[in-house]
Amino acid sequence: MRLKTFKIGGVHPPENKITAQEAIKSFPVPSTARVMLHQNLGVASVPIVNKGDEVKVGQVIARQEGFISSFIHAPVSGIVTKIEECVDASGYRKPAIFIEAKGDEWLEGIDTTATLVSEIKATKEEIIRKVTEMGIVGLGGATFPSQVKLMVPEGQKIEYVIINGVECEPYLTSDHRLMLERPHEIMIGIQLLMKATGASKALVGVEANKLDAIELLTNVAREYPGVEVHALKVKYPQGGEKQLIKALTQREVPSGKLPLSVGCVVNNVGTAFAVYEAVQKNKPLIERVVTITGKGLKTPGNFLARIGTSIADLLSYCGYNADHEAKIISGGPMMGKAVTTSDIPMVKGTSGILVLEEGVERVAIEPCIRCGRCTRVCPMGLEPYLLAMASSKKMYDITESHAIMDCIECGSCQYICPAGRPLLDYVRLGKSETGKIMRSRK
Amino acid sequence: MSMLTISGSPHVHTDDSVQKIMTGVMISLIPAALVSFYFFGLPAIILTLVSILSCVAVEYLIQRFIMKEKPSVTDGSAALTGLLLAFNVPSNLPIWMIVIGAMVSIGIAKMSFGGLGKNPFNPALVGRVFMLISFPVQMTSWPKPTELSMSLSDAITGPTPLGLVSEGLKKGESMDSLMNQLPDYINLAMGNMGGSIGEVSALALLLGGLYLLYKKIITWHIPVAFIGSALVFAGIMHLVNPDHYMDPLFHLITGGLMLGALYMATDMVTSPMSVIGMLLFGVGCGVITILIRLFGAYPEGVSFAILIMNAVVPLLNKAFKPGRFGVVKK
Repeated sequence: MRLKTFKIGGVHPPENKITAQEAIKSFPVPSTARVMLHQNLGVASVPIVNKGDEVKVGQVIARQEGFISSFIHAPVSGIVTKIEECVDASGYRKPAIFIEAKGDEWLEGIDTTATLVSEIKATKEEIIRKVTEMGIVGLGGATFPSQVKLMVPEGQKIEYVIINGVECEPYLTSDHRLMLERPHEIMIGIQLLMKATGASKALVGVEANKLDAIELLTNVAREYPGVEVHALKVKYPQGGEKQLIKALTQREVPSGKLPLSVGCVVNNVGTAFAVYEAVQKNKPLIERVVTITGKGLKTPGNFLARIGTSIADLLSYCGYNADHEAKIISGGPMMGKAVTTSDIPMVKGTSGILVLEEGVERVAIEPCIRCGRCTRVCPMGLEPYLLAMASSKKMYDITESHAIMDCIECGSCQYICPAGRPLLDYVRLGKSETGKIMRSRK
Repeated sequence: MSMLTISGSPHVHTDDSVQKIMTGVMISLIPAALVSFYFFGLPAIILTLVSILSCVAVEYLIQRFIMKEKPSVTDGSAALTGLLLAFNVPSNLPIWMIVIGAMVSIGIAKMSFGGLGKNPFNPALVGRVFMLISFPVQMTSWPKPTELSMSLSDAITGPTPLGLVSEGLKKGESMDSLMNQLPDYINLAMGNMGGSIGEVSALALLLGGLYLLYKKIITWHIPVAFIGSALVFAGIMHLVNPDHYMDPLFHLITGGLMLGALYMATDMVTSPMSVIGMLLFGVGCGVITILIRLFGAYPEGVSFAILIMNAVVPLLNKAFKPGRFGVVKK
C-alpha cells in the first residue's frame, strides 16, 4: 500500500497512543457545569439566560453574535447560579455560565436513542440552519463555526469534502475511537456535509497507525456513494489543513488563501459526527469525546463528557496524582496549551487532556549551530531559524518578507532543534507583531 | 498540590542535542583514527590528544576569562575541532605547532566571532591553513607509514602521492613512471601512504561517513556534490590528456578529498541551509579542489576550496531559499 502524504517537511515524534484500545465511556454528568461563553474562533456568544433561570439539557443559553460566532446550549439540566469569570485553558479569566445540575432532563425533540437515522431528509439550507442552531464548531481544535465553512460563496465550487481523521498529535485517540465506534454516524455526517456544500466527493484521510479504523471505514464507506478512505503516512503535521489537502488531492492551497480556493472544505471526523447528531438527531453540541491521557495516569481513557465538565474531575477519575510535578496540556503535546490549573472547564475544542510528568522542563538553550533541520522539517517551507532571529531583534520587515504569516505553528522546528531553541515562541511573537504592522497598513 | 509547569507548545522535544551530534561525529571518526594510529603510531596519538586538549583549553579559557560567560566546552564542539585539526596535519608535526594551530582555530576562527554557531569559516581548516603558511616545511613533510610504529624518533619522510605526482609532472616525468613509484590503489584506499593523520584511509572515512548518514547527522547533498563534481571534473581532464592529469579514482583515494567532503565541508555551522545551497556549495568545493590540484601551486586544494566556499555560504543562504508551500515557483 502506497501511503499518501504531504511533500515538504514534517517530523515523527513518538506516537504514544496509549489509549487507542480504550473504548469511549460516558463520563458522569458534572454537579456544576461551567460553560465558557467564548468557545469558538471568532466572536464570543452572548448569554440569554439569567441567574436563577432553570434550564434543560440542550436549551440555548447563549446566542450567536455576528457572522463568525456560535450558539451555546446547556450541557446539564438545573439552575443557572451565576454568570461570572472563570479561568480557562488560556490562563485568563473569561466569562462563563455556571449551571448547578439537577437530574438530567433533556429538552423535548432531541433524539437521545442510539438508533441510526440514515435517511437524509434535510435540504441543503436546512442542514446549514441546523448546524448553526446546534452550535457546531470544528472539533479538531480550531473551533471554527462550522456553518461558515458550509456556506459556499457565489461563484465558488466545492469539489471535495475533506474529512480529517488523521489525529497526528501524539497521545490523542478521541478521533480514532470515534471512527471505530461510530463509523456509520460519521459517514452520514459526511453525506450531510457533501449535500450542504454541493460536493460530489468526500476524501477521508487517516494516518496509517490506525489500520483498524482505516479497514472499518473503508468497508463502511462502500454503502455511502462518493466517500473514499485513504491511508496516510504517519508524519506530523499530516492533520494540518493544508498538508491534508495536499496529501489527498495533490493541490496546494496558495499562501494566504483558504481551502475553498482549491475547491476543498476540511472537517474533522468529530465534526462530521456532530453534524450527524445535529441534523439527524436534533442534538446540539453539548458533549464530545475527549482523551484523558499521560503515562503517569493509572487509568487513562477516552470519555464522552459534557461541555463544562471540570478537567480536574476527569483527571482524578483517571487516577491523576496531583503531588507529582507535571505539565497539564489541553490538546496534544505538539500544539496543545499548557494550563495553569486543572480546575478549568471542558470546552467544545477540548480534544484531549495530557499529563506530562517527564520532560516537563524544557532543555537548556544552546547556540544555533545552523544545522538547518528546522528549515528541512518546516511543512510550509519557511526558515524558522531566520524568522526566530529576526523576531527576537524586532526586524519585522524580514519576518514579513520571509512569509512569517504562513507559519501554521505546528512546532516541528522547535521539536527538532538540537540546540533546544525556543523557535516557535519567537515566531509566534513575530507573527503577532508582523500581523499588526500589516493590518495597520491597510 | 505541586505547581504546574507552563510553556508554549510544543511540549515534547527530540532527544537529539548539540552534544549528541558532536559525539556522533567523533564516534564516526573512530575507524579513520584507528587506521592512522596503526600506520603512524604513537606520535599520531599524542598529537591528536594534544590538539583536542588544546582546543578545549583555549575555548574554556577564552569563555571564562575574556568573554566572562559560562564555559560550554561540554557541548563537544571544541573537542571535535581539535580532533579534526589533528587529522589535517602530518603526524610528525612538532607538538608546539599544533598548540598554536589550536589557538588559531578556536581563538581566532571561532571565539572571536562569538563562539559556536557564529563562525563563518571552518575553525579546523583555518588553523590548518594558518600552520601551512607559517610552517610550510613541517606541514609538508609526511612520515611514511610504518606499521605499528611506537618510536618517537624521526621517521622517514616523503611526499604525499598527490605531491609526488604533481612535482614529478612538473619535472617532466611521465605519468606511468610516477604511478609505478606508488602503492597500488587498494593500499592507497586503505591508507597506506603519506598524508595528514586522518586523511589517509578513504575506506575508513567512507565507513564513518555512512554512519553519519545513517544517524542523520549529515545529509548526502554536500558529500555527493563535492565528490561527484570533483570526479567529473578530474575525469574530463583525464580524458583530455591522460599523460598530464591523474585519473579521477586517484584523486578520490589520495589527499584530503574524503575527509574534506564528509567531515570538513559538512560542518553545519559553515555550510548552507537549503538543499540547493548545499548542492552548489558541494560543487564549488569539488571544482576548486581539482582546479588547485591540477593548476595550483599546492598539490592539495581541499582546505582552500572549502574555506573559499565557506565565504560564499551567506550568499547561498540568501539566494536559495527553500521552496515554500503554496507558492508557485517563478
